[in-house]
Amino acid sequence: MSDPVRITRAIEFSSSLRVRRAELSDAENRRLFGRAAERHGHNYRLEVSLRGEPDPRTGMVVDLKAVKELLEREVMARFDHRDLNDDTEFFEKQPPTAENFARVLFALLDRALPAGLLERVRLHEGPDHWVDVEREGAA
Amino acid sequence: MISLTRRYRFPASHVLRRADFSEQENRRIYGKCANPNGHGHDYALEVTVSGPLDPQTGRVLEPARMDRIVESLLVERFSHRLLNEDPLFREDVPTAENIARAAHRLLAPPLAEAGAALRRVRVRETRNNSFDYGDLR
Repeated sequence: MSDPVRITRAIEFSSSLRVRRAELSDAENRRLFGRAAERHGHNYRLEVSLRGEPDPRTGMVVDLKAVKELLEREVMARFDHRDLNDDTEFFEKQPPTAENFARVLFALLDRALPAGLLERVRLHEGPDHWVDVEREGAA
Repeated sequence: MISLTRRYRFPASHVLRRADFSEQENRRIYGKCANPNGHGHDYALEVTVSGPLDPQTGRVLEPARMDRIVESLLVERFSHRLLNEDPLFREDVPTAENIARAAHRLLAPPLAEAGAALRRVRVRETRNNSFDYGDLR
């Protein structure tokens, strides 16, 4: 019988970015993205929700220490105190909107975690703007 | 499934009482919220939209466009007002539940026109109380 539990782990990191498409001119980027096309930065908060069956012996869905190390490796090492456009390869062909960034984070974590464990990522870009990416077909 | 949420704020006052209830009923049902001269809150309104990402901008909806819709139709309308005087609350008491429903009705059509589906609104009346209407997953 399925009796899942959801656990959420949050991390915070700070990055700079320009919301722009590399193939467009500065003027076109400003028209499309406004001031977000200029160099700026955010304090991101990432909430990672995992859903699974607690192991009957340990009572845990997953070892949170392993999750912490995975977030350190997959997220902090790549993005914290980095420039999303210049220091990562993820935004060469797409602008680093919160939507695209959240999808990148979902894909990185989904690949690194046991299959199907990742249910949702919520990426906060400052206090009043956030994006959820949920597994397709999730309840 | 991808969704975007933005949070807006508006300070407003309201009174929870109905003219067709007796003073005693208003007191019993609404308690101190029925005090006749009203009280106020720093409301926060969280608006969640979903939809396919625009291939050009990589966004569900331009934040500036979303702000124009929510601010012109709702924030400017409710901010620094006594909500009971708004025609939306002529019949319905401006409880946070009814504010959430009214916000959903006001915002869904223009957001749809802008290409985004309104999934949920959350009205936060205080730090400790919030009210959701729409997709309640």
